[in-house]
Amino acid sequence: MTPPLLQIRNLSVDYVTDAGNARAVNSVSFDINAGETVGLAGESGCGKSTLAFAIANLHAAPALVSEGEILFEGRDILKMSKKELRAFRWNEASMVFQSAMNALNPVITIGAQIIDVIMAHKPVTHKEAWARGEELLQKVGIHPSRMSSYPHQLSGGMRQRVVIAIALALRPKLIIMDEPTTALDVVVEREIMDELFALKQDYGFAILFISHDLSLMGEISDNIGVMYAGRLVEFGTSHQVLDQALHPYTQGLVSSFPTLHGPKTRLDGIPGHPPNLLELGQGCAFAPRCTRKMSQCDTIHPNLEQRGDKLIACHARSPEEVTV
Amino acid sequence: MSAHLSVRDVSLDFTIGDTLFSTSYLRAVNRVSFDLKTGQALAIVGESGSGKSTIARALCRLYTPTQGTITLDGQDVNSSQALSAQRDYAQKVQMIFQDPFGSLNPVHTIRHHLRRPIKIHNPTLSVSEIDTKILELLDRVGLAPAEQTANKYPYELSGGQRQRVAIARALAVGAQFILADEPISMLDVSIRLGILNLMEDMKQEGIGFMYITHDIATARYFAERTAVMYVGHMVEWGESDSVTQNPQHPYTQLLISAVPQAERRRSTETKAKKGDIPMWTPQSTGCPFAGRCLHATAKCETHMPGPTEIAPGHFVRCVLFSTAP
Repeated sequence: MTPPLLQIRNLSVDYVTDAGNARAVNSVSFDINAGETVGLAGESGCGKSTLAFAIANLHAAPALVSEGEILFEGRDILKMSKKELRAFRWNEASMVFQSAMNALNPVITIGAQIIDVIMAHKPVTHKEAWARGEELLQKVGIHPSRMSSYPHQLSGGMRQRVVIAIALALRPKLIIMDEPTTALDVVVEREIMDELFALKQDYGFAILFISHDLSLMGEISDNIGVMYAGRLVEFGTSHQVLDQALHPYTQGLVSSFPTLHGPKTRLDGIPGHPPNLLELGQGCAFAPRCTRKMSQCDTIHPNLEQRGDKLIACHARSPEEVTV
Repeated sequence: MSAHLSVRDVSLDFTIGDTLFSTSYLRAVNRVSFDLKTGQALAIVGESGSGKSTIARALCRLYTPTQGTITLDGQDVNSSQALSAQRDYAQKVQMIFQDPFGSLNPVHTIRHHLRRPIKIHNPTLSVSEIDTKILELLDRVGLAPAEQTANKYPYELSGGQRQRVAIARALAVGAQFILADEPISMLDVSIRLGILNLMEDMKQEGIGFMYITHDIATARYFAERTAVMYVGHMVEWGESDSVTQNPQHPYTQLLISAVPQAERRRSTETKAKKGDIPMWTPQSTGCPFAGRCLHATAKCETHMPGPTEIAPGHFVRCVLFSTAP
């Protein structure tokens, strides 16, 4: 068996603030295999975007990677020199950020922004890069004549497609997508996801897909990890996590989405609100909102451990006991 | 007493180009009709630019319709510009906005936010009566302990709690109708249902809702009736279950097929042609969806049929179902 493309080992990231250290990512470990789609779910502030930034080694003060390693094909990204990082980013792993409106420079044509990436990494002429740019735009469903358009002349969906085209420009092995379609309408979101997966078939890249939308994640991911207050609380195949959720938080999250079909019942969501990362106690961060809280939940943090085929961090033991 | 807010044939134009000799207009809402009833919710579903927020603003009297009428219990709401008439109307129809961070004033306490509407609409109440009412309201929207919450500033509350304050503010004046414009789309996933359930409780107490959303699954969850809008036109409406389980208009079918569902694996079935959403002007004719529709005929370019009732209370505007010649 080939080793995983990306191995995240015991990663912790802190934000250093005047009020103390906020641990946004706390001892997270998981793998992404080549060609696989891994979803990372959770609410705002759970650390999923911070984790994505760490993978591209983009953190700067006040964020601090305090522990752990991120191995990409065996090389630790966090220990790379500036030169190695330059070769790594976009060539091997690229990133699509949440808001395409902010990811593109408004005063430069999209063509210039695409070829900038290509020419910075490959020894090609301007003409070759331009031709490659036109080809990329065509791949994501935009007419090549749009190379000379400015971002404001494109709709939100088209801008997001341009960002995906830039991410694909150097055929990376991994694309990190941080809420790529959150700001878009469902129909546009569907079109972009369809195109993305057609491209994935051709290029064979792996995707780390970060979102709060479990339904979309369930449709596209092979594996899903659920994060809460900086920790991974459940990790398994998409089917295991969504249909046989064991962690009370995952169960709450799954039942927070009214379904389009099926019986209409009153859903309750999760009571309370996400914790302040500066005020986390000794125990499980989810305990104050948990319906299955036990005495040790307040004092001892449950470790992520193998149970059956998946990983889960919860004191509530047997699956029958947790099933709602 | 059951009140009745009625929208008939309302169109709204905005000026987009203005030169010395000609003005061009954009038609954001085109001949829309519906009714809001107390104790019930109507969901307006559509993509950005479909005119759903514009219609809410017209109902709030923030815009005056270019044509058509809005009546509350038979009274034309735009007939009088008098301040007293506006105030009476505002007492009955209130709005909740999408962004709970922008809709509360950061330098005032929650108590201030609730005291003002109560004072304006009930000038005879004493200070202590107003205070009792504020605490009652905060309890009612689930912001206990009320006394403590009342003294807080907006920054001390989470998004969900702020949205509860916005709901309390609408209740403070005794609103019969609440126009909720994407009230949960900016909130964290786990607290969205709490707000929807609170609105459900208010509905049981007799308040009528217009629930504007792009999420058709929550429309089905919360609202009795759903109307689907596309480029300013209502294309399909009826009982929420009928519309979501048995969509007939090609656009509604496209919208529903696009909703992510975890239990379904990816499908590549094409529901529509790719195309841009057209810009509608008062001169435009035909069906706005014609350019993307897989069933479009030459007739669709020039003719937009009236509503056809395809099931009890379930209407569609599409030539596929139109019986008129």
